[in-house]
Amino acid sequence: MTEPLIKEYGSPGRKGYSLPELDVPEENPGEKLPAGTVRKEAAELPEVSEVDVVRHFTSLSNMNYGVDSGIYPLGSCTMKYNPKINEDVARIPNLAHIHPHQKEKYVQGSLEILYELKQYLAEISGMDEVSLQPASGAHGEYVGLMIIRKYFEKQGEERTKVIVPDSAHGTNPASATMAGFDVVEIESNERGMVDLDSLRAAVDDDVAALMLTNPNTLGIFERDICEIQQIIHDAGGLLYYDGANMNAVMGYARPGDMEFDVIHYNLHKTFSTPHGGGGPGSGPVAVKERLAPYLPAPVLQKEGSQYYWDYDRPDTMGKVHAFHGNYGVMLRAYAYIRTAGGEGLREITENAVLNANYMKHKLKDTYELPFASDSLHEFVLSGSRQKKDGITTANIAKRLLDYEQYAPTIYFPLIVKEAIMVEPTETENLRSLDRFIETMKIISREIEEEPELVENAPHNTVVRKLDEAQAARNPDLRW
Amino acid sequence: MKVPEGLYYTEDHEWLKVENGAGTMGITDFAQEELGDIVFVELPEVGDDFQQHDNFGVIESVKAVSDLYIPVSGEITGINEKLLDQPELVNDEPYQEGWIVKIKLSDEGELDELMDAEDYREFLKEEA
Amino acid sequence: MKYISNTPAEQKQMLQEIGVEEISDLFQAIPDNIKFDRSFNLPEALSELELRELVKEKAAKNLDLSNFDSYLGAGSYDHYIPAIIDHLILRSEFYTAYTPYQAELSQGTLQAMYEYQSMICELTGMGISNASLLDGASALGEAVIMARRHTRNSRVLLPKTLHPAYANVARTYGEPHGLDFVDLPLEGGQLKLKSLENELDEETAAVVVQYPNFFGSLEEMKKIAELLEDYSKALLIVAANPIALGLLTPPGDFGADIVVGEGQPLGNTVNYGGPNLGYMAIKDDRRLLRQLPGRLVGKTEDVEGETGYVMTMQTREQHIRREKATSNICTNQALNALMASIYMATMGKEGLQEVANQCYQKTRYLIARLTELEDVEVVNQDNHFNEFWLKVDRPGTSLEEIEQKMCERDILAGVNLAELTDQEGLLVCVTEKKTRQDLDNYVKSLEVVLND
Repeated sequence: MTEPLIKEYGSPGRKGYSLPELDVPEENPGEKLPAGTVRKEAAELPEVSEVDVVRHFTSLSNMNYGVDSGIYPLGSCTMKYNPKINEDVARIPNLAHIHPHQKEKYVQGSLEILYELKQYLAEISGMDEVSLQPASGAHGEYVGLMIIRKYFEKQGEERTKVIVPDSAHGTNPASATMAGFDVVEIESNERGMVDLDSLRAAVDDDVAALMLTNPNTLGIFERDICEIQQIIHDAGGLLYYDGANMNAVMGYARPGDMEFDVIHYNLHKTFSTPHGGGGPGSGPVAVKERLAPYLPAPVLQKEGSQYYWDYDRPDTMGKVHAFHGNYGVMLRAYAYIRTAGGEGLREITENAVLNANYMKHKLKDTYELPFASDSLHEFVLSGSRQKKDGITTANIAKRLLDYEQYAPTIYFPLIVKEAIMVEPTETENLRSLDRFIETMKIISREIEEEPELVENAPHNTVVRKLDEAQAARNPDLRW
Repeated sequence: MKVPEGLYYTEDHEWLKVENGAGTMGITDFAQEELGDIVFVELPEVGDDFQQHDNFGVIESVKAVSDLYIPVSGEITGINEKLLDQPELVNDEPYQEGWIVKIKLSDEGELDELMDAEDYREFLKEEA
Repeated sequence: MKYISNTPAEQKQMLQEIGVEEISDLFQAIPDNIKFDRSFNLPEALSELELRELVKEKAAKNLDLSNFDSYLGAGSYDHYIPAIIDHLILRSEFYTAYTPYQAELSQGTLQAMYEYQSMICELTGMGISNASLLDGASALGEAVIMARRHTRNSRVLLPKTLHPAYANVARTYGEPHGLDFVDLPLEGGQLKLKSLENELDEETAAVVVQYPNFFGSLEEMKKIAELLEDYSKALLIVAANPIALGLLTPPGDFGADIVVGEGQPLGNTVNYGGPNLGYMAIKDDRRLLRQLPGRLVGKTEDVEGETGYVMTMQTREQHIRREKATSNICTNQALNALMASIYMATMGKEGLQEVANQCYQKTRYLIARLTELEDVEVVNQDNHFNEFWLKVDRPGTSLEEIEQKMCERDILAGVNLAELTDQEGLLVCVTEKKTRQDLDNYVKSLEVVLND
């Protein structure tokens, strides 16, 4: 069953809004405005009633699936439950209905919350100073790398390269390019970790930084981290921590203690702010003291009991957002940290790791486990065994949808063929984990017994398998 | 997996047919299969000069991108404009209608570095 | 609250299955010398009730817009937001979903994004829109580096009539790519056309024009477009307020190549400046399309011929093309784009026109009344949409004092330009929410304050 486009509900003259009558004299705008600037014809927006809009978007929501619908085991995305109280907090009128150009004295309550959030983020990561401005993880990476760029510029050093392991998120190399660096990719070793020899070979005077996710995208903790940081720092480079996987280490290890110089968080992953079907997120950046001068301006500061934005940052890397970033997301993350407390964050990590290990243990005989090293909050299987029977990982993912469960991240990391990357998160209970495990086993049996069932999946979704090649060859991007 | 006789092959899974110093190249059946549904081919312009192994274009499927490399040095004498509207020809007929560019070879000696059908079949086995 | 539902007994059962004694055994891969060996220095966990009280207490230290009659704008606008928007986005299938990687189970998000793209195109008069960027300023940043890639030129002309934060972000984005930014001076609240004429050359990658500009004025769009005609390479980037496009000629009609802007005025709250959304639309040009950053949703069919929607042309994006991607953007502002969509649909063809017209007429009224006052001048009194540049020249009274005294009368009189630019005056913003009474009160209050 498909839902018509909103404009198809339309009828000329139908309205879905009401405004007060205009109570000032009306003039013809064309009389005064520069020639040609007044629109001749109205934009062709829908002409629909409020009920039409409500029915339409309710239908669309029924064609969607969120973490409230069930398990969402996307690896490296940390799709945990989004507490409802956090939504309420972000909607408290005196917190939400403030304007970014209001003077600081009128928004002290909000600034206090943001300042405390900064302190929490510094403590959790073992870093010194924080900027909340980046609006997403990739935005945070970009800011972090620009800080590094600025740092070397101020040192009078020209360093042009950023090293990225082949298991890294695609945003890492893309952010490095955005920040004007050349990317050097290094291979992982047979344990799924950074290969120290390749790293040594890649390091020279031109290297500005190594970007690392720890645990990496296989869920494996880079246990050579001390050697790695030594190699980079000895060569005069800096160490960048991609915080996508912070849910694996809270209370057990801190990037700052691992000698990372810059990190970004994903508040929409670790701290449970809802992802909204693709955003908004928030990607705060935390740095060690020596990099603090280069943070985006302004920086939130406190003097006495007053909070203020410090614009006097002569060495700043610049600005990446018109205002102060995704404030509403920060309020939710603040609420989350306060309800969890320090000890709670540690338990969250423990349960995330427990859930992932339980699943891995239960699935590793059915699906190939390409890297046997200990993993933390996520793990990567391979569908290569099933591929031999002609069924791809994409087929398996689509079949999961028939069982009303979301599919894991697939075909990533790139170093695993037919990768299936699973991150259950701590908020799934045993019953939900068992159901997913059981479904994966059923699918494996189906591949042996009725492969076409899996090959042609999904069968039970609102639409069946969609033709992506057609969409890309002849893009139809608007009505 | 089709590997026709009489063509030259490269380790980048490209084929080259040479007749009287004029070459036609495309990607192999194996390459199109690996890439999946081809959705876009970025072509050079006629008259462009390339050195052997130069990157001269890009071929894209729904979820992968691959650079195209010129198997031998020379000048581009023709491009398969049909691919602009029907990139799927590369999937359907990689060795015929799915050809990508025509090249005027500047050094036929470079052909010695390329594989023949038998070598390429062997190469594919090793890759697997 | 930690939202963990497994009981200690279940945890034990799971540990047994895995074959380890304790949870901490699962962390053995972390070397001892870097293991975190103390408790976090963080506040104790709060119950839901305690959290609510705590946050309420902090919130009480704010004075939100309900305490004032606010005339603040400058990039963030307090328009009326129909009630249905928050109700609909609280459908958890929308807001608790991730990026629609599995299209068949994400048709709601995908179709909504397709509709968003379509309505943005209708509004801007452009051919193609992406599914949103992080905010208006970063959208401009993406646009200038896109212009760099597309034209291979490096000069970008930035008028001083552009929002200073946007100019700042564009410079930050452009600097690593060797972009060379040239300021164009302003003249009477508009960019100085003569300087544009002088600076345009064959090396120009783009000219950025804000529409309406930072000071609220409309630039001479037609003349600017004509000047650009002589330079085949240079792109025209327009940063447009989408609400204004209910009244104003869409940038596409002037030949804009890229239109970007802040989508917040479309049904998103001011929310201290975020989250809102950047939008980006381009003309219908296949070559430019391949340079477009951000996600795109396309219409297609399933195996049975039913219509469906997918993310498409993903080879532009970071997860496939990595260091050669058109941008590093991954997470965008999908939920905010959904809010914008619901707004555009609800207001519709007529409603958006009416909102824009009311903004214009009420602004006009306020300007007319204010200019009756002594020592008060409006720089762009006949050339504005819903913002204007107010200058007060009363000897012995500073602008800060006026602001403060207006504030004491519960009026946020405008954004003090000196805080953001090298100009003096107030940038005053009027939306359809204002009544004649509010506006009269503004004028009367200013009069009283000036005569104080």
